[in-house]
This record gives sequence, structure tokens and C-alpha cells, in this order.
Amino acid sequence: MKAILVGLCALMLSFGPAGAATSELAPDELVRRLSDEVLEILRSDEGLRNGDTTRAVERIEEVVLPHFNFRRMTMLAVGRDWREATPEQRQRLMDAFYSMLVRTYSNALTQYRDQTIAFRPLRMSPGDTTVRVQTAVHQPGAQPVSVDYVLEKTERGWMVFDVVVAGVSLVTNYRGTFAQEIRAGGIDGLIRALETRGSDLVPPPAGQS
Amino acid sequence: MTTRFPRPSFAVTVLACLALVLGGCATRVPNPDDPLERLNRAMFSFNEGVDKAVLRPAAQVYDTVTPQPVRTGVGNFFSNLGDLWIGFNNMLQGKFGDGFSDWMRFGLNSTFGIVGLLDVATEAGLPKNDEDLGQTLAVWGVGEGAFVVLPFFGPRTLRDAAVLPVDMKGDQVWTVDHVATRNTFTALRLVHNRANLLGLDKTFDEASLDKYAFMRDFYLQQRRYKVHDGAPPIEYEDFNGDGLGPQTGNASAADRVAHAALGRLELIDAAEVDHASKPLVSR
Repeated sequence: MKAILVGLCALMLSFGPAGAATSELAPDELVRRLSDEVLEILRSDEGLRNGDTTRAVERIEEVVLPHFNFRRMTMLAVGRDWREATPEQRQRLMDAFYSMLVRTYSNALTQYRDQTIAFRPLRMSPGDTTVRVQTAVHQPGAQPVSVDYVLEKTERGWMVFDVVVAGVSLVTNYRGTFAQEIRAGGIDGLIRALETRGSDLVPPPAGQS
Repeated sequence: MTTRFPRPSFAVTVLACLALVLGGCATRVPNPDDPLERLNRAMFSFNEGVDKAVLRPAAQVYDTVTPQPVRTGVGNFFSNLGDLWIGFNNMLQGKFGDGFSDWMRFGLNSTFGIVGLLDVATEAGLPKNDEDLGQTLAVWGVGEGAFVVLPFFGPRTLRDAAVLPVDMKGDQVWTVDHVATRNTFTALRLVHNRANLLGLDKTFDEASLDKYAFMRDFYLQQRRYKVHDGAPPIEYEDFNGDGLGPQTGNASAADRVAHAALGRLELIDAAEVDHASKPLVSR
């Protein structure tokens, strides 16, 4: 009787939350699974066709973004000054950066037009804790765009901490802008800038210098 | 002839920009990596204005009226014209295999691809390359110089800006003798390329705290990526020092060096990840 119960629990666990199932995956398998999920959401979401990204973004936040290491991403975007930030400042930076990224790239979701994703073979040695999964996004009538995911091994499985589109790291590309804010107003200045950017939905006036 | 921008209005524009430069931007902290920042910002907002008034509306019309097969044809046509110059630059950089491949592309697409409207060469396994004289100079060891924003042409490094006239000459479109044809081609290509970027407008607008700086860093990063043919090493340092928090501000120089050294251990050598030679595995 007890054995059946244990067996049942084990079975339920294996079908349990996505995190438990995906933590075992190899990095390229994880990226493959995540991009399949995103493509599935993009294809099936009704709202997207009318330009409404709310539901699609919610689903992506739920399924895909838990596999992104936003702490590491924020650290890389902030750069050297991260060391000087207090734990509270770091948390606020992370939260503000997270919402900015989600807001920004949710606009891109409406741009989906039958793109397909091709994976390059993974080059990885057994001991590696950081790998780069290389893909190319093919779209009809245009040159393919390379999109690479950089992942690190954590106790929660492999986590994405950078996305490199056509050679541009979307994370470290923020470093120049962030450093500029920090030079002008310190870490709190950057936090303020990120948080106000998040709250105003209208674009800032031209030439905001 | 009409492709040249009329001089008087250009001079007025430059003056207007200078006035803008002298007037605004008083509070911004100078960025050591961008010595021409003030001028660049003025040029950037000027270009944004041109885009908003002329280029974007034209691209939007093009986007609505042109069916996808036509767009693909237009894109392929201009892409094909560029392949001769791309191949020449590959030769200059000593990449003879790539150079021949580019010229083969031109031959195949110009004939079997019906004057370049179809890209049969890619199907035949000859991938499209991206080269120009600026990249060739970089390979020869010329530094990139300061970042500049040119009126109408947009962001460049000083090196690439200097050879821009040669690059344009090398490009077939600008050497078509018939003036009306040349102007039509130039305008069409401009609008076509702009239309391809329409979808990114909103993302770019919202992507950052400062559109100019974001654009600059994006451009420079991508430019270096192209110069290295897709394999510039990206370094991921570790700025953590977890648990040390704000005290690291008082840490000794030796500690900082140690931190930096630790960070380097995480260096990813993208040069090892050879983009070009790896076949794509389709899903």
C-alpha cells in the first residue's frame, strides 16, 4: 500500500511543475523546449492578432522567464557599479530592469510572421558550466538572423543569462546607458530612471537631454 | 544628380544642429568613449526628424502596398548587386574562398535567379556574406576611430565614414549611368531597407533610457561583430562579490584585482565557436 503511494507521488512529481521536469535538461534541449513554447504561444494566442500582447506576455512570463537568471543579467547590465550597490538597491534594479525588458520585448511579439528556428550543433565539454546555444531565425525572403542563448549551470538547472542577436548582447548593450545614468545620479539615479521609465507609457519628449 | 542633397538646405541644417548643440545638453556628463557625443546627438535627432517626416511614412506605404513575393524579389535584387563588391572585399581580406563564393552567387543569381530576383545561390549552398571596405581596413589593422553620426547616413565609425564614398562607388546601384534609373533604385532600396525595420521601431523606442546611447552601443557592438566575421569574444565578468555588498567600495586594490581575475575565468571565447563553418541543423 505504502509502495503504491510512494510510486504515485513519484509519478506526480515527474509530471509536476515545469521547473522540476526541465532542470535535468541539457542546455540546447532547454532552449529548444523554450522556443517551442514561445512559438506555440505566438501561434495560438488570439489577442496577439489584434495587437493585444497581455495574455501572451503572461504566459511567457509563466513558462519561459523562470529559466532566465535576471540577477545575473542585471549585474552584467549594470557592470562595475553593481559591487557598490546595497542588497536593496540590487533588488530594485533587478525588478525595474525585469519590467523594462518584458515591456520592451513584448512589442516584438506582434512581429511574428512564420519565422522558423534552426539550431546549430552544441559545442560543449562535459565540465562546462557556461555554454552558448546557437540558433538562426529564418524568415521568408530575408537573411537569417543569428540568435544565441548564453546559459550557465545553476542548482536549478541551466539558466539563460544573455541573448545575443546578430552579435549584439542584449544585456551588456545596456551597460553604456546605465553607466551614464550612474555617473549622473549614482545607483539611485539609475533606479529612479528605470522606475519612471516603467511608469510612463507615453514616449519621452524628443531630445530629452 | 538629384541624389545629391541640395547644398543650401544642408548648410542650414548643419547650422541648426550646431545651434542645438550649443544650446542643449549642458547637464550631460561627457562619455570618454564618445568624444563627438554632442555633435552626434544633434545629428541623431536631425536624422530622426528626417526619418519621421519622410522615410518612415514612405516605408509604411511600401509595407502596406507591396505583397511579400515582390518584397522578397526587391530585397534579393539589391542584395545580388552588392555581392560583387562583397566578394572583392573578401579577396582583399585574403578570404579567397568566400570571395569566389560571393562572385559565384552573383553569377548564379544574375542568370538562373532572373537578374537577381531569386536567391538561388543560397539554396545551392552559397551563403550570403556581409563585407565592405570599412571591414577590410579593419582586417588590415586600421582602428575604428571615434563614433560619428553622419547626416542622412546615420551611425558610422570614423574609419567607415572615411571610406563611405568608395563603398558607395563599389556598390553597383550608384554606378548605374541612367540618372532616373539610379535615383529610382536608390530610393527604392532606401525605402525597402527601412520597411524591414518598421517592426523594431517601438522596441527600439522603449528599449532604453536614452535612445541615442542605446543605438550607439548597439551599432558599435554589431560593427565589431561583423569585422570579426561573427566571432568577437564576449566577456562575462562577475561583478557579484555576494555578501560583501557595499563594503566592497572600501576593498583594497588587491581585492579588486582578485575580483577581476576571477571574473576573467568566466571568459567565453566565442572565437572558438566558429559560426561560418558549422552547418545548420534544421528542426
